Amino acid sequence: MTIAIVDYGAGNLTSVKKALDFLGQPSMITADPDQVVRSDKLIVPGVGHFAATQALCSSGLKYSVETAIGGGTPFLGICLGMQWMFTSSSEAPGVAGLGVFPGECVHFPAEVKSPHVGWNALQIRGDSRLLCGLPAECFVYFTHSYRVPVVAPTVATCEYGGTFSAVVEKDNLFGVQFHPEKSGAVGIKLLENFCRLSC
Amino acid sequence: MLTKRIIACLDVDGGRVVKGIQFVNLRDAGDPAELAAAHSKAGADEIVLLDISATAEKRKTLLETVRRTARELFIPFTVGGGIRTLDEAASVFEAGADKISINSAALTDPGLITCIADRFGSQAVIVAIDARRRNGTGHYEAFARGGRTPTGRDAVVWAREAESRGAGEILLTSMDRDGTGSGFECTLTRAISDGVRIPVIASGGAGSAQHFVEVFREGHADAALAASILHYGTTPLAELKRDLAAAGISVRWPC
Repeated sequence: MTIAIVDYGAGNLTSVKKALDFLGQPSMITADPDQVVRSDKLIVPGVGHFAATQALCSSGLKYSVETAIGGGTPFLGICLGMQWMFTSSSEAPGVAGLGVFPGECVHFPAEVKSPHVGWNALQIRGDSRLLCGLPAECFVYFTHSYRVPVVAPTVATCEYGGTFSAVVEKDNLFGVQFHPEKSGAVGIKLLENFCRLSC
Repeated sequence: MLTKRIIACLDVDGGRVVKGIQFVNLRDAGDPAELAAAHSKAGADEIVLLDISATAEKRKTLLETVRRTARELFIPFTVGGGIRTLDEAASVFEAGADKISINSAALTDPGLITCIADRFGSQAVIVAIDARRRNGTGHYEAFARGGRTPTGRDAVVWAREAESRGAGEILLTSMDRDGTGSGFECTLTRAISDGVRIPVIASGGAGSAQHFVEVFREGHADAALAASILHYGTTPLAELKRDLAAAGISVRWPC
């Protein structure tokens, strides 16, 4: 079983790969649409500007991702990769997300410092295969200036200038706003859950 | 609630940590990879590796040190010291750093901040400021070259400029307090922290858990760097975090 880490030029690919290596999980970093379609699982990481996700469209990777997830391939979006799962972002008006979840990513309100950087508590609010086995009170590492709203598939939230979605999960689709590859033992456990699950 | 971060700092010279740490069960107390892993296990929220190598010859080992340290480190990892160009920053990221810290190079060429932020994102760029109080005033001056060269720039003004140019965080060191163990410079930290809208990491002067409580409460710091307090084993990380939690400071504990 091989996990494809989708390379669209937006950071943190090797840190995700290192975490999978640590778990003994075979993975490859790829920008090849054919490999993405054929892979057993997909991870779309990413840090930075929402406009960077345009590269997924122009390269044909978005179509490959849509084909793969339509066929049931488990998909994990991390940080910008999670935001991309939504309809759009006010960070880059006019740039369409993958749109598997409804809603727009918006900037944190002016009364809190931005980016939201550091370890914040997860409030787990529903059954989740991704969060299975995590302690009821756990902290994960965030670094982002835009956030996604709380929607029906939200299984964990976080508080910072209001409540936002930290984890979304529906069928074969998973998204985390924080960086599991940088969240110590908790994050490694979450990635292990993703590696092990069969959808 | 967003927790206050305790960041462990490793000073590295020629690939070796120069200040020892009294951890048990370490094969090699001067190895950055082993020490970073030990700090992570003990509850550090992040690791900063600062290359203080004085010679180009010794600096050559940096990338290999970063690579080895990052391999099995699953908390945020910052590398600083001597990064002068976008290419040098790119090599450090490629070797496994999540963030880089720049100081003198940013003072010489503030455009470098924007340049690195545009390519790697603001979250990856920390601007380090070494500041000292101007005699007889309430103002602080930013210094370059490891605190050797006064720049004539007001530290608060410089922090604001760094933010506007794309810095994601400020690492603020009080030169007056550094190494004294007499407590953080809360007035300076508060002036910077209240003056910008990005997180500020306080550094210099930590001698006790109470000093951390003060810099979070009175200094409005978002994070604090712990160097010698950990290095000399006077306050183990776990104990420090327990003390902070007991004082009502929100920290990641248990981890």
